[in-house]
Amino acid sequence: MSTAATKPRLKTSAMIASIAGDGQATRAAPFGNALVALARERSDVVGMTADLGKYTDLHIFAQAFPERYYQMGMAEQLLMGAAAGMAHEGALPFVTTYAVFAARRAYDFIHQAIAEDNLNVKIACALPGLTTGYGPSHQAAEDLALFRAMPNLTVIDPCDAIEIEQMVPAMAAHHGPVYARLLRGNVPVVLDEYDYRFELGKAKLLRDGADVLIISSGIMTMRALEVAKTLAHDRIDVGVLHVPTIKPLDTATILREARRSGRLVVVAENHTVIGGLGEAVAAVLLSHGVTPAFRQIGLPDAFLDAGALPTLHDRYGISTQAMADTVKTWLR
Amino acid sequence: MVTTSDSGLHARLAECAYRIRRNAIRMGEVQGQGYIAQALDIADVLAVAYGHALRYRAEDPEWEGRDRFLLSNGHYAIALYAALIEAGILPEEELETYGSDDSRLPMSGMASYTPGMEMSGGSLGQGLTIAVGRCLGLKRRGSDAFVYTLFSDGELDEGAVWEGIMSASHWQLDNLIGIVDVNNQQADGPSTQVMAFEPLVDKLQAFGWFVQRIDGNDLAAVIAAFDAARAHRGACPRMIVCDTKMGSGVPFLEAREKNHFIRVEAHEWQLALQALDAGRKA
Repeated sequence: MSTAATKPRLKTSAMIASIAGDGQATRAAPFGNALVALARERSDVVGMTADLGKYTDLHIFAQAFPERYYQMGMAEQLLMGAAAGMAHEGALPFVTTYAVFAARRAYDFIHQAIAEDNLNVKIACALPGLTTGYGPSHQAAEDLALFRAMPNLTVIDPCDAIEIEQMVPAMAAHHGPVYARLLRGNVPVVLDEYDYRFELGKAKLLRDGADVLIISSGIMTMRALEVAKTLAHDRIDVGVLHVPTIKPLDTATILREARRSGRLVVVAENHTVIGGLGEAVAAVLLSHGVTPAFRQIGLPDAFLDAGALPTLHDRYGISTQAMADTVKTWLR
Repeated sequence: MVTTSDSGLHARLAECAYRIRRNAIRMGEVQGQGYIAQALDIADVLAVAYGHALRYRAEDPEWEGRDRFLLSNGHYAIALYAALIEAGILPEEELETYGSDDSRLPMSGMASYTPGMEMSGGSLGQGLTIAVGRCLGLKRRGSDAFVYTLFSDGELDEGAVWEGIMSASHWQLDNLIGIVDVNNQQADGPSTQVMAFEPLVDKLQAFGWFVQRIDGNDLAAVIAAFDAARAHRGACPRMIVCDTKMGSGVPFLEAREKNHFIRVEAHEWQLALQALDAGRKA
């Protein structure tokens, strides 16, 4: 009995693990609520899902607009094909599933039925990158590499609740197919400190710094901002350039910031280091003759472990502490 | 629905089917190859679709009130182009561009290239899923247009087809008319040997569809099946299972064993047209 009292609390490897840190401010279901707000303005908005309405915050929309909600069953190919058909008939479908199922299972349907016709379908996918400890079946480490390669498709990797709220109307305003990574449930609020406004296709310098420039997207921007605060104690001055739109890439801003001499450029992404933001930025820099010291932080080219999310983020070097340690090593 | 006498309608659609076959053979001649056997086998179905059943405006292929015809099996494009020419949606002269650079008539059917082409097929097994969405979208708008989707028996191998079949019934899509071309021929051989799909009618009925199975080269049967599919009162999707003969209308092509993708010798195109004409007079 005494061992039970001293045994550390088991960390969860549950499917839906919170990405919010202890005590971090959060907002509930920013996507679902933003979609409801959008649907009040636009009668063409419909919501479609493949048995994951409750787990992609689309249930908020379903409750508000039951007659505009389409449950397509656990059938992602049908989901994407039917969304294409809906868009052909003038609807504006917001489609949700997990990122793994959109990227791996329904890729061909997104490619042929949606992107090739440049249809107005908005695909919002939960559990991007390493945001679940459920193992490779549910970890979408390659989604950005796959979707970056698809013509016509706009690709977004938002950072926090504020960005998701602003991203939803921006997706609707853009004509054409969009893939967005989705953070669901209680989503951290981070960008309110930075006077931030999401603009499709624009990178934003959130914080300037003389020693290191971290170029990041998604939840890694949240981490990069924390790393900057941490390293400030060591008199290391870290700038953070947030790149929520992975495609089309804001090459002008990336080049402008990377050209400033003497800074180590680090690209940080919640994605395999193959084919994601890091390689995209590297290609932009090299093809423009900009050659700063350059490093990548991202997931390894491996099937990732199952486990508790904080453990895995440490193990794979994308936790705040692991990132800070790595960057310090590179500066030595 | 029948606006002329039955015999008059039959004669008109027989002529229409003949011209579709002729258009397809002429296009095949341009490239020296093509999915000619499929075009010939589906010509009667397309004649009834474009000559009798579908509502459309030839001068305005995107007219909102039109019935949609989705070609899931994009390699049948040569057949649909032949029908779109017959329907007056494409000019006949254009058939000489078939499969050529910068043509609006690529060898695989793509919506972005061709007026009257409603989807980009070719990656097989997608048509029915898109049709489900189009039917849902039309119902949202209160439209009474039908969505037809043509697919091949080989596409029944694809899981997404069955996702579409199940969901169409779930959503009670009485504006959906599926047409499956059972010519028992796919890339690697007879469809029934590549992947068994019979008893197809029983399966579709078990999924809640109104199903008719006909000889897809018997024009009278095709007309009756299209009429019955539209007139059916049940709140369910409709399927017309068409048993067809590859190369139908050109006996020496019908007799070819490997006829999924036909290579026709240069001199044979004229022979094919002659055989078609002979059959027409008979």
